[in-house]
Amino acid sequence: MSSFLNEISTVLVFGLAYAMLLFIISVGLSITMGLMGFANLAHGSFAMAGGYVTVTLVSQMNVPFAVALLIAFIVVAFLSIPFERFLYRHLYRRPELDQVLLTIGLVFVSIAGVTFIWGPDPHLILMPEYLQGSINLGFNIFPKYRIFMIVAGAVIVAGLFYGLERTSIGAKIRAAVDNRRMAESCGINTGRIFTWTFALGSGMAALGGGLGIQILGGIKPVFAFEYLVIFLIVVAVGGLGNIRGTFFAALILGIIDFAGKFYFPEGGAFVIFAVTILVLLIRPQGLFGKA
Amino acid sequence: MTAITGADTAATAEAVKFLQTRHRFHWAEVLPWVIAIAVFYLLPGYRLLATQILVMILFALSLDLIVGYAGIISLGHTAFFGTGAYITALLAANNIPDPLIGLVAAAIGAAVLGFLSGWVLLRTAGLTLLVLTMAVTIMLGELANDFDEITGGFDGINFTNSEIFGLIEIDQLWYTSSYIYVLVVLFLSFLLIRTIVHAPFGRMLIGIRENTKRMSAIGTPVHQRQVLVYVISAAIAGIAGALWVQVQGNVTTGVYAFELSGDVLIMIILGGTGRLYGAFIGATVFKILESLTEQILGTNQPYWQLTIGIVLILTVLFARRGLYGIFEDIGEKWKDRSQ
Repeated sequence: MSSFLNEISTVLVFGLAYAMLLFIISVGLSITMGLMGFANLAHGSFAMAGGYVTVTLVSQMNVPFAVALLIAFIVVAFLSIPFERFLYRHLYRRPELDQVLLTIGLVFVSIAGVTFIWGPDPHLILMPEYLQGSINLGFNIFPKYRIFMIVAGAVIVAGLFYGLERTSIGAKIRAAVDNRRMAESCGINTGRIFTWTFALGSGMAALGGGLGIQILGGIKPVFAFEYLVIFLIVVAVGGLGNIRGTFFAALILGIIDFAGKFYFPEGGAFVIFAVTILVLLIRPQGLFGKA
Repeated sequence: MTAITGADTAATAEAVKFLQTRHRFHWAEVLPWVIAIAVFYLLPGYRLLATQILVMILFALSLDLIVGYAGIISLGHTAFFGTGAYITALLAANNIPDPLIGLVAAAIGAAVLGFLSGWVLLRTAGLTLLVLTMAVTIMLGELANDFDEITGGFDGINFTNSEIFGLIEIDQLWYTSSYIYVLVVLFLSFLLIRTIVHAPFGRMLIGIRENTKRMSAIGTPVHQRQVLVYVISAAIAGIAGALWVQVQGNVTTGVYAFELSGDVLIMIILGGTGRLYGAFIGATVFKILESLTEQILGTNQPYWQLTIGIVLILTVLFARRGLYGIFEDIGEKWKDRSQ
């Protein structure tokens, strides 16, 4: 019985930590797709940029981990603004294929860029003392970092929901997602909303990139492609532009993915794709998407 | 037809003439084949690269059928390429080494997969479809890696083909007969694809691409037609996959690589979608650019990714109709000037 409890709690804690990471990174992608109708496959590149900023700050400049994460968030958020203003904006009305191709091009360039600067090998960072080692919760022992990840994720999720549901900026964003024309005729400057939400989403991705270094076994150039599929899956399963949906999708897929790999070390990676196909066949608009 | 022609004005007559002659062969269509044969004799040292280009042209053509004509965006076309490749390799490794049987089996196998996946996948559109095509391909890749006692995993399977018609050996060293073999298969497949896109079926696909709702309103069974073109495209991609491994005598799980799906999509964008010859230009330029980059700058740094990334961004922003579109524009200007 206790070994069963051990297993379940391990799967839940590790899966939940992974799910939080998935949500933090994917939520920006979901908003970009729902709000601007833009298929931004370069979203993983922004997450990767956040990871590299964090790595550089922590290991070369001895910046504390938490501060480095904050800087990564701000730097990438601001860096992403010119991309939206000068590049993406021209393609909002163009076919999806054009958006996909342009952003794939960006992914290629970003992968090449980081390889030139940081090399092809994965970079790891030394975690601060308070995040090292394990913690005993009475019934099982967990790595501190996973617990930290869950707590940090929960705080971010709560902040995001509060911001979206309870502030006027949040209300404007929701209005723009629901009906852009109507929002505009109410005097909301949707163009500016787009830019700021895009920056926020990219910053969140960067934060996720930094937080994920430890969990994903280091940051490396192929990150931008390797995890892109997972982020897209989370967004599609959750329903485009639906933040609550993205959260539950990340939760379900994160835990299922970890459980799959835990119980079937061979072929466990396959489980998440099978689940995705099944879900999207029954509900093509995603679990929480509008038909 | 005569009724319309009889109906008059110069404008309609011209339109009718256009419709009646559109499918006829233009003299310039001989060019790619002349070039292919010239390369064989004049640049024997490049036959390996040229063979790879020919196979990629076929693969790109198959993708152009769904992306360029029917407007179905797929980032998972390697599912069919890889399946065709594995079917052929596994047949050859299990005492059915006839290359032509391999091709037919690959086409049928890929078509079945295309039917099964297309039937369910094509009920979705846009991002969902994109994600699903990716998911199917990655899933097949994972399966191929998991069942490595069958697929040979990362190291792959080696096999030998028997002679074509019991006469011609596919040579895997100098790429003489194998080059011709690939060229002939490409030529025959191209004739088939060309016929398909100029037939009413092909026109209907363009209609579906341009306005799905309207096509549905005038009575086209849209889903059924999309599945049909998906199956045809899958079969041709399967043949391309089969050719790819037959000329190498080896197959690895790399044939399911998700990156290859991206590459082949880039090829048709680079060349120009929905115009057949775009696939020829795109695949050729892509492969030559790739090998030039690797020769000049080396493979130890991601120069190639940088190159293709920049090329892709520039193509989308400034040359949406691809290189073929640029050639068309130059041709138009030339005509204007000479008049």
